[in-house]
Amino acid sequence: MTERRAPGEGGGRRPTVSQRVRQIPASGIRKFFDLLASMDGVISLGVGEPDFVTPWTIREAAIYAITSGQTMYTSNYGTLELRIALARHLERRYGVSYDPHRELLITVGVSEALDLALRALLDPGDEVLLPDPCYVSYGPCAILAGGVVVPVPSSIEHDFRLLAGEVAARITPRTRALVMGFPSNPTGAVMDREDLLAIADLARRHDLLVVSDEIYDRLVYEGEHACFAALPGMQERTVLLGGFSKAYAMTGWRVGYAAAPAEIIEAMMKVHQYVTMCASTMSQAAALEALRRGDEHVEEMRREYDRRRRYMVAALNDIGLSCFNPKGAFYAFPSIRTTGLTSEAFAEQLLLEEKVAVVPGSAFGVSGEGHIRCCYATSVTEIKEALERIDRFVQRRRATFPQ
Amino acid sequence: MKDVLRILEQDARTTPEEIAAMTGRSPQEVREIIRQAEKDRALLGYHAQVNWEKAGEEQVWALIEVKVTPQRDVGFDAIAERIFRFPEARSVYLVSGTFDLAVTVVGRTMQEVSAFVSERLAPMETVQGTVTHFLLKRYKEQGAILDGEDRPQRLPVSP
Repeated sequence: MTERRAPGEGGGRRPTVSQRVRQIPASGIRKFFDLLASMDGVISLGVGEPDFVTPWTIREAAIYAITSGQTMYTSNYGTLELRIALARHLERRYGVSYDPHRELLITVGVSEALDLALRALLDPGDEVLLPDPCYVSYGPCAILAGGVVVPVPSSIEHDFRLLAGEVAARITPRTRALVMGFPSNPTGAVMDREDLLAIADLARRHDLLVVSDEIYDRLVYEGEHACFAALPGMQERTVLLGGFSKAYAMTGWRVGYAAAPAEIIEAMMKVHQYVTMCASTMSQAAALEALRRGDEHVEEMRREYDRRRRYMVAALNDIGLSCFNPKGAFYAFPSIRTTGLTSEAFAEQLLLEEKVAVVPGSAFGVSGEGHIRCCYATSVTEIKEALERIDRFVQRRRATFPQ
Repeated sequence: MKDVLRILEQDARTTPEEIAAMTGRSPQEVREIIRQAEKDRALLGYHAQVNWEKAGEEQVWALIEVKVTPQRDVGFDAIAERIFRFPEARSVYLVSGTFDLAVTVVGRTMQEVSAFVSERLAPMETVQGTVTHFLLKRYKEQGAILDGEDRPQRLPVSP
């Protein structure tokens, strides 16, 4: 038996935790979580999920699945019923057609799908391009899969869109894939068809695979969501990731999917079957009901988020935290540079002084520095109160920070 | 107009300034829409939805089925109006099926409600008969669950 001991237990022994895991940072969000746990009366704009409960018809379908005894494993790919419904859904919304038997995989949320995709696609040392800032798990998942992360900076000057020029400048012979997520968590940025066509052109010219995380596809407030896989020639080199969490308020159900060419899905399924077997059976029943009867609820929630979005963005700009117009997801990503604070200091001091939780932009990459992520998936009453508190805080900081 | 009404329907206390921010309209425009909607009676009123039981006041509610003889020229409207003029009648609907008018009545005691039915409603000349259902428990009214749903807890910070 190999001996493994805790670090510090004896000199010279190898560390208990693998080098690969030590290499990935703990989520920057975690720190705030611990601080928050000890406080009362906090208004949180730091969440990353809807405040709505899953629509009843979806919950009821899962209850029915349980009472009728649907408690066994499903196919590794997910239930065929759900895959067929999903194929129709993607065809109807974006005009992309996937074979439900070979090109769709139901996963434990987009989180798992992303992990599977990267493990299936990357060889050690392969470079992976990521927008900076981006969702917290892209980088760590790429590293765990043996990849080398290459951040592509974006900024408020271009509404945090991913510019093809910036991407092109970072492509090397080792570049294997681009992972992106629009509408974006944390910025709320969207990429329209033109923006994506420029990226598609690069992908074609440099033979890149694109992992497109479109979990927020249903939460777009101005214009239509552009699906990357639907662009000419892109379906064959795209792993489209989506899920039910954000659109149908189903974060706790943990159900998402990947749509990709059969060869990639087959490879992802290989990892998936050894790691998780299948997504939860009841959650799949719920997801099926979401596709069948959830549309009206999605639209209702989307309209409500839109009101809150407009309200929050207007109020942030009034306070003097300049905020570009986030057209998707449920986040505003204002600049806090006029306060002279780093985003982490801003978030920490705001929490301690005014009991409002926001997430520092730096938690999502170096280009997020100077910004904070404010989630508007919370009631208007709470948003109002939170913004009043932020206003007070910002006025105090301004008084001491020379412009 | 509908976007403004939807917001007010959810929370009648939302100010025109707040509605303006939410809809991208100007506060002046919002005020004008509200004024016009009030005038058109698209906007009927602004009420607090009170659960009197929780406020310590007993109330007795009854659903009353009323079967009537329609009258020449006015159909059911004349008798419906005679009924809905009473403040005790909280709602009056014409329905299809085995009876004609569905009336909700509220009073302080069962006696009070039954007196209203037997002395005011039933004796009306075109009323053929009434069936009174006293409400035993109110679960949901105007979209609000009376006992309230527990707010599920979200983690305060999540990615």
